[in-house]
Amino acid sequence: MTEAREPLWEVFVRSKRGLSHNHVGSLHAPDAEMALRNARDVFTRRMEGVSIWVVPSAAITASSPEERDPFFEPAADKVYRHPTFYDIPKEVKQL
Amino acid sequence: MSVAAHDGIAVFTLRLADDCLVLSHRLAQWSSRAPTLEEDVALTNIALDLLGQGRSLYALAAGLDGSGRSEDEYAYGRDERQFLNCQLVEQENGDFAQTVARQLLYSTFQQHLWSALEASRDETLAAIAAKALTEVRYHVDHATRWTLRLGDGTVESHERMQAALERLWPYTAELFEDDDVVANGGVEPRLLRAAWEADIDAVLTEATLQRPEPAWAPSGGRRGIHTESFGYMLAEMQHLHRCHPGATW
Amino acid sequence: MAASLSTEGLQQEFDRLVADDQRIEPRDWMPDDYRKTLVRQIAQHAHSEIIGMQPEGNWITRAPSLRRKAILMAKVQDEAGHGLYLYCAAETLGVDRGELIDLLHSGRQKYSSIFNYPTLTWADVGAIGWLVDGAAITNQIPLCRCSYGPYARAMVRVCKEESFHQRQGYELLYALTHGTDAQRAMAQDAVNRWWWPSLMMFGPPDTESTHTAQSMAWRIKRFSNDELRQRFVDMTVPQAEVLGVTLPDPVLRWNEDRRHYDFGECDWDELRRVVSGEGPCNRQRMEHHIAAHDEGAWVREAAAAYAAKHAAVDAAA
Repeated sequence: MTEAREPLWEVFVRSKRGLSHNHVGSLHAPDAEMALRNARDVFTRRMEGVSIWVVPSAAITASSPEERDPFFEPAADKVYRHPTFYDIPKEVKQL
Repeated sequence: MSVAAHDGIAVFTLRLADDCLVLSHRLAQWSSRAPTLEEDVALTNIALDLLGQGRSLYALAAGLDGSGRSEDEYAYGRDERQFLNCQLVEQENGDFAQTVARQLLYSTFQQHLWSALEASRDETLAAIAAKALTEVRYHVDHATRWTLRLGDGTVESHERMQAALERLWPYTAELFEDDDVVANGGVEPRLLRAAWEADIDAVLTEATLQRPEPAWAPSGGRRGIHTESFGYMLAEMQHLHRCHPGATW
Repeated sequence: MAASLSTEGLQQEFDRLVADDQRIEPRDWMPDDYRKTLVRQIAQHAHSEIIGMQPEGNWITRAPSLRRKAILMAKVQDEAGHGLYLYCAAETLGVDRGELIDLLHSGRQKYSSIFNYPTLTWADVGAIGWLVDGAAITNQIPLCRCSYGPYARAMVRVCKEESFHQRQGYELLYALTHGTDAQRAMAQDAVNRWWWPSLMMFGPPDTESTHTAQSMAWRIKRFSNDELRQRFVDMTVPQAEVLGVTLPDPVLRWNEDRRHYDFGECDWDELRRVVSGEGPCNRQRMEHHIAAHDEGAWVREAAAAYAAKHAAVDAAA
């Protein structure tokens, strides 16, 4: 069969107010409207969400695993970005 | 409240409950047969919403009619002539276009009905209506999306959608009939007709479909007169339950 | 940009990640056979969820109470959802759901042979929930830690949602075994028919299993067929006692030395027959799926045509 394949969409769900949208999976739909409704039916059957995003999978630009070192290694030596880098006198109970 | 009014609202509630159960059953027959997997999930969601509404309404009816019957006694213990659903909801699924047309016509009606019933004198009915309204808005949205896609999709889908509307439109007349029950009971459906027509017309126009103009207007569901296929549906639905009188499941 | 690594270097990195119990993600390099094995296994798993809708769906229109009807509809719906999660996991490996469906229809990919048995009575719905889903969960829980990230994540979701499936089956059977004589007989009959096919769901014995060793090395599989089968038997026997049904195995008994139940040998010829297409319902299941797929083609075409038309309109606007 030479049927046109429906595009793939990535689905992001905000599970409750105050949290960010998380990637939950993907699905097929002919267009954005249907993708949103399918996402509602498929990924929030148990009231898992208060908001949904759908994004065409083809629209995502991703870093590649080979680029991992140049992308992420500079961050690894900037330990001063992490709170545990700093010594605080024991007398200070809360900071 | 006068006795007649009391009976009216009980019968009115039962009619709505039967609409919900029967339409839910028809939609559930799509399980594992839908055009896509995503749509299989969507149709079952709607069927589950309707079954939930039906169950709440049976519980209410049992109090209103004083019988104290269980939901299963209503669903499994009555014969065809005792079911008061409209004939539209019992129509067979047909192709996907016919199911979409049935959903569009009935859900749009139900949306207006639930809106009006939010102001019902019966607090329980008003509460059921409020919850059901949020569900039926989604059902209308779902049916609208598909009516647009089938109507304005391919030549074949347009023809199928138009044929489905022609086939089902006559059964919509019954939705708006007046009788003693609606006069005494809940909402007079004839008052909902103009708003219903405006909604449907807007969808059909956008979907490049024509509103049918049938002369024929079958009726009888609200008095227990049904179409032939309904008997088979009930036979299948009730068979197991009736084979084991008194059993608990 | 890092200099591209040799195949040998990539293989070493892959092996290191797997050995370190890390997850392989879609854009990572992976051996061809690993990819093929995963596509085959995830697709088979997805097909099983979808074909598995049929035997239970067979009773939706006859469920004997509205409560049971709602539960069964929700359960069969979950299976559609689970199939979907799994097809999407397979698609991260570079295959398309449409291709996988074509492979299923042409018989080049399989689904679990358990779904080729018929559901003859209402009690079969309960037996499937309790035994078939119970066996499936035993198989699936270790897959939540499978080395391939998207598969593991799909399984976490599936396992979370399936926890109600087994319970509803058990509760359904419990109502029958505590009901009328006819209901009790119905329950026992269903258990008699579903027990052995459920044990066969774990696959052939380890001595004959062709894929086990490599899959375990790749951490796709974490326990052998026989280990999982034993675990399932040990878990199920006490449940059967509470339920008040007899499991149809005359040699089934507790072995104090092994601290496990001993049980009889499955009819492996039957499994081979059912897998090769000679089960009671193989033909019906495929015919049903193909018919639904073909009948839906015009709907999918319409939705695609509408999307194309309106994308063009939106672009022009």
